[in-house]
Amino acid sequence: MSDDHSLELSCPLPTLRQQTIALAHGGGGRLMQELIRQTFLPAFDNAWLAQLHDGAVLPVDGGQLAFTTDSYVVQPLFFPGGDIGRLAVYGTVNDLAMCGAKPLYLSAGFILEEGLPLETLMRVVTSMAEAAQAAGVAVVTGDTKVVDRGKGDGMFINTAGVGLVLQEAAVAPQRVRSGDAILLSGDLGRHGLAVLSVREGLAFAGDIRSDSAPVHTVVEDLLSSGIEVHCLRDLTRGGLASALNEIAAAARVAMAVDERAIPVSEPVRGACELLGLDPLYVANEGRFVAFVPESEAYKALTIMRRHEVSQGAAIIGRVMDSEERAVVLMTVLGTKRFLDLLSGEQLPRIC
Amino acid sequence: MCLAVPGRIVSVGDDALKTGKVSFGGMIKDVSLALVPEARVGDYVMVHVGFAISTVDEGAALRSIELFKAMTARNRSDTAPAEGEGGTTP
Amino acid sequence: MKYVDEFRDRGAAEAMANAIRRSVTRPWTLMEVCGGQTHAIVRFGLDELLPEKLTLVHGPGCPVCVTPVGLIDQAVALASWPHVIFCTFGDMLRVPGSRRSLFDAKAAGGDVRLVYSPLDALALARSHPDREIVCFAVGFETTAPAYAMAVKEAARLRLSNFSLLVAHVLVPPAMEAILSAPGNRVQGFLAAGHVCTVMGYTQYELLAAQYRVPIVVTGFEPLDILEGILMLVRQLEEGRAEVENQYVRSVRRQGNEAATALLAEVFEPSPRAWRGIGEIPASGLRLKPAYAAYDAALKFQRELAQTTGNTEEDPECRSGLVLQGLLKPTECPAFGVRCTPERPLGAPMVSSEGACAAYYRYRKPAMHETSGSREDER
Repeated sequence: MSDDHSLELSCPLPTLRQQTIALAHGGGGRLMQELIRQTFLPAFDNAWLAQLHDGAVLPVDGGQLAFTTDSYVVQPLFFPGGDIGRLAVYGTVNDLAMCGAKPLYLSAGFILEEGLPLETLMRVVTSMAEAAQAAGVAVVTGDTKVVDRGKGDGMFINTAGVGLVLQEAAVAPQRVRSGDAILLSGDLGRHGLAVLSVREGLAFAGDIRSDSAPVHTVVEDLLSSGIEVHCLRDLTRGGLASALNEIAAAARVAMAVDERAIPVSEPVRGACELLGLDPLYVANEGRFVAFVPESEAYKALTIMRRHEVSQGAAIIGRVMDSEERAVVLMTVLGTKRFLDLLSGEQLPRIC
Repeated sequence: MCLAVPGRIVSVGDDALKTGKVSFGGMIKDVSLALVPEARVGDYVMVHVGFAISTVDEGAALRSIELFKAMTARNRSDTAPAEGEGGTTP
Repeated sequence: MKYVDEFRDRGAAEAMANAIRRSVTRPWTLMEVCGGQTHAIVRFGLDELLPEKLTLVHGPGCPVCVTPVGLIDQAVALASWPHVIFCTFGDMLRVPGSRRSLFDAKAAGGDVRLVYSPLDALALARSHPDREIVCFAVGFETTAPAYAMAVKEAARLRLSNFSLLVAHVLVPPAMEAILSAPGNRVQGFLAAGHVCTVMGYTQYELLAAQYRVPIVVTGFEPLDILEGILMLVRQLEEGRAEVENQYVRSVRRQGNEAATALLAEVFEPSPRAWRGIGEIPASGLRLKPAYAAYDAALKFQRELAQTTGNTEEDPECRSGLVLQGLLKPTECPAFGVRCTPERPLGAPMVSSEGACAAYYRYRKPAMHETSGSREDER
């Protein structure tokens, strides 16, 4: 509650001078309207949203539509290099890019916990607006709900997004072929460790910032260059190892990856060594893998390295012709081991 | 068990736990130096669960590394001359 | 990373592997005691570099795997009380007790927190004076000094809401148990380098002499382990049974005297049951009477008495044999079939450095038909 002692005797209802989210903000009444008008509208600022209708009717050129959704529950809400809002926009933008689509429009659904400081909400929304602008997308529709104190972790966000597919041929695991080169867009582990670095019990300092960033411009560049892009996948939870395993399973192929080719920065390595984490399983945000025919690998690499978000791109392996549908890693010593899915989240270890 | 990792002491504290800052490739963690009273800024220490348990004997480490280099060189000249970089493991 | 990368050099690893190959004239069975070494061996594929005549068996050096079921049940009980904040290392979270793990307790609403260091738990005790902070003190001699320090600091700060559920175990009694067991095949040991960083290695000299086994104190990087194996093989081939130190950059013969003094002040040896193996005398640690106020088992004795411990293992689980090096995980009929990391029968399949988990994660069963699938190495 605000400690402003000047009472507005003529207005019995609490106004937005309240400093925290109350259950009433989700009630569909005047307070919610005020919240929308004073927080979301000015931030996302577009004609569709201003209509304040149930949904947005959008013009689309002929072709195929890509559609995706994701929910964001990260704790803490703010971490070096980003926040939940930035993740929510770039995450969905990137999922559309992974379908080979140009991201166009986003929806944003908020589940807010009673007691959340309004200032926190505004920080997140401002961050989302900046991200949307940087990515060239508009947040055209949304929803707000409020849950009881103790039931919400501060804030959850869901974003869904639509985009226009750019390439005739699908960009999907089913198109991956034996002999395809596997490209990684940059170094691993930044996001997961950035979040860990501000978590109680595991905190550390140093220059590790989340790599949350939009990758759709480099994807558009790849698609318009004439390269036959077979598959794209952004690396999120579960890291590189999980993404490769998922694609290997969906595409029914085997893969061979060279540990020496996988870029990992020194501070990330140091943190992983100390906490007993394997960087191949740590979460990333602005990173993706691309599967292209071997003959196009260097061309693709050159294009990727021209963009800041993928300037550290590397060719890390190839798709193999093999009975065993597994991802095999060649270690720094030249020996081999499987890179498998973990059963759950990777945990720091001391042993 | 016992994951302990070498890091470089960046600063030394004077609280009861002698909490210092240790750098692991640029990642900085608070570490208790109470068990290594002889350690100084710039020294390397082995760190386990937030405690330095030994100072790294850099002389010994360098001798080990030199030994490895010598073994590598001898091994390269002993094995087939046609072998390139990253040779096969028999 | 300095003092890490140089010990992962590929050329040197090949040279070391060749030196081992040249030294071996007869079959030898070696054991690496420490789970961290097991993890490194499997992660870097070191056993691929060793000659067939050398058999590497993995020992009980996984304190997570050997923590008795009864203690885990006590941990789960404590974690389930609303006024308790239960602190644990990540390693222990998924290990099943007789019915549940700490992860299950957390999912059911228990305040279970992952910490990297006992000092993090101490900080929680200071910032939450209204809660009871209980720490699962798991680990070998390497970790015990950290807990000893935390307890001393708690005493200095006069904290009344901090206590340890002590589960520490000691290495030398375990090694002796293995050596004296009938059917023991282990002919040489790689001793745990970080345990010895704290304790030194004088305790092993008696074992080496008594049982006539060579023991090499070994580090954890690939080149450390390979060099340790080379030193062990040379001793065996030459008929020697001495204690040697490979891990010279971290281990001194007398160990870390500040740490051992601290241990002697706060802890004393106690009997301890090792999960899957049974009780080994004087193989655990407990808090000395002067520090009884920080012993969670005493502090919450009355409440814990209500935890009925069905401390029996799943009868199909052969973890005891695996931990003593008498069975390779892949030789266990349940491996990968009825026992997986998602549905483990026992601890070594869950712990990140348990032998079973290491094999499962890095080597699927098919991989262990040696030749065949590995023929396509370029």
